[in-house]
Amino acid sequence: MATAPSPTYSAVTLNINGEKHTLTVDHRTTLLDALRERLDMNGTKKGCDQGQCGACTVLIDKRRAVSCLQLAVAAEGREITTIEGVAEGEQLHPVQQAFLDLDGYQCGYCTPGQICSAVALIEEHAAGWPSAVTDDVRPEAGPPPLTADEIRERMSGNLCRCGAYVSIVQAVARAAGIASEAGPVPGSAQDGSTREGAAA
Amino acid sequence: MREFGYERAVDVSGALALLDADPDARFLGGGTNLVDLMKTGVERPGRLVDVRELPLDRVEPTGAGGLRIGATVTNSDLAAHPEVRRRYPALTQAVLAGASGQLRNMATVGGNLLQRTRCGYFADVSGPCNKRVPGSGCPAIEGEHHNHAVLGASGHCVATHPSDMGVALTAFGAVVEYETADGAGRVPLGEFYLPVGDTPHLETALPAGALITGVTLPAAPVAANSRYRKVRERASYAFAIGSIAAALDVRDGVVHEVRLAFGAVASRPWRAQVAERALTGGPADAGAFAAAADAELAAARPLPHNGYKVTLMRNLVVAVLSELAEEATR
Repeated sequence: MATAPSPTYSAVTLNINGEKHTLTVDHRTTLLDALRERLDMNGTKKGCDQGQCGACTVLIDKRRAVSCLQLAVAAEGREITTIEGVAEGEQLHPVQQAFLDLDGYQCGYCTPGQICSAVALIEEHAAGWPSAVTDDVRPEAGPPPLTADEIRERMSGNLCRCGAYVSIVQAVARAAGIASEAGPVPGSAQDGSTREGAAA
Repeated sequence: MREFGYERAVDVSGALALLDADPDARFLGGGTNLVDLMKTGVERPGRLVDVRELPLDRVEPTGAGGLRIGATVTNSDLAAHPEVRRRYPALTQAVLAGASGQLRNMATVGGNLLQRTRCGYFADVSGPCNKRVPGSGCPAIEGEHHNHAVLGASGHCVATHPSDMGVALTAFGAVVEYETADGAGRVPLGEFYLPVGDTPHLETALPAGALITGVTLPAAPVAANSRYRKVRERASYAFAIGSIAAALDVRDGVVHEVRLAFGAVASRPWRAQVAERALTGGPADAGAFAAAADAELAAARPLPHNGYKVTLMRNLVVAVLSELAEEATR
């Protein structure tokens, strides 16, 4: 069969943080590059650009995804949430607030991805999803407690070259309601910590 | 990256027609491997046919006591599915051992089976690779091969298949289902990946132009007592250097049924049938597990820097089967 000519660009409408943006994209454009280079939304960061670091994490249809491996043209019709859309107006998302309160970063470059990932992690855990460190994955075993080990495993797709992992785990636990409701996370560096804010 | 056309398919027949119309077209699922390879120039399709929205996103019981998994089910949804966790827990464990939360949300079952090796020479378009450019040579054999194959490789290619999911699916006898313009077909996962031989660029038994529509897991009561264990060079978010999917049914101290498959040791998920046969009907103890592992691994042909995998796999067989045997008698 003859090959029909196939355009290499398309007009797409992307639904980002509740607003529709219509633009023409070369099909090679990733969602990450569309956000940063075309829509002036620089909160989402480019790290490795090959799906290995998590800096570009956004939510697509409420689930976390790496925007560097998501073609923009293939994201049409889906609900995209970036770090710019996580807060409710001036009210920070609990994950954002916890990262601020517990210093869940140093340089901050990986932080938007960390926060988007943590927002989704909390939802995944609430839905009862097991992880690779969950002892018994059978549904009868019930949802695993969100221990520090569970948080580390579930956040392993987000690298932090500053090594702020200790505070990141604390912040995710705080945001998930673990730290405030059940005391320090077992096995976390938050045990016995005198760090300001960590005891709340 | 080469420029390409993009079409979004809404049904299987439409997807097949779009692919058939362009010999340079490829199906796009989650894109976690294909888009990455397009960036580096390993893959250079002229058109992508996006199949992610096809109505193949269900996990459903079969009448015969198994499960049918649609090709566009995401890794996350497969791992979280209650019936997978209940009937085939090693499959959930295998999927969760792979990649990251972000990638599992994007990746699909069909795409997982068709992902390419992570051999560094395959990924480097500036050098030779028999899988990427047939006849150009295999630098891994005398180069960096500490995580390459010890079973079923050839003098033409020693790359491994990187899937975790596929190892558990292989242990449980999964069957791949596909559609072509000429009709539907099925092939057991154990026969899905072709022997390496002198054609490492020919990877699967899928006919040209075929679309994977799903995977069927036959009923396997033994799978309810199963485990996936993965060894890697960091605690999470890394490919295996060796992995095992195992299921065990012990009755009165005797192995009634056993399933074993190895990952990261061959060009395909490796069903350890020699070991399964050696174990069936015999004692369920560490000595028998070790002997069965040795029987399977007698075919291993390690290279100078990956001989540790033979020991690693032997130890994994003994450890995981011992755990399953102990738990079965509780």
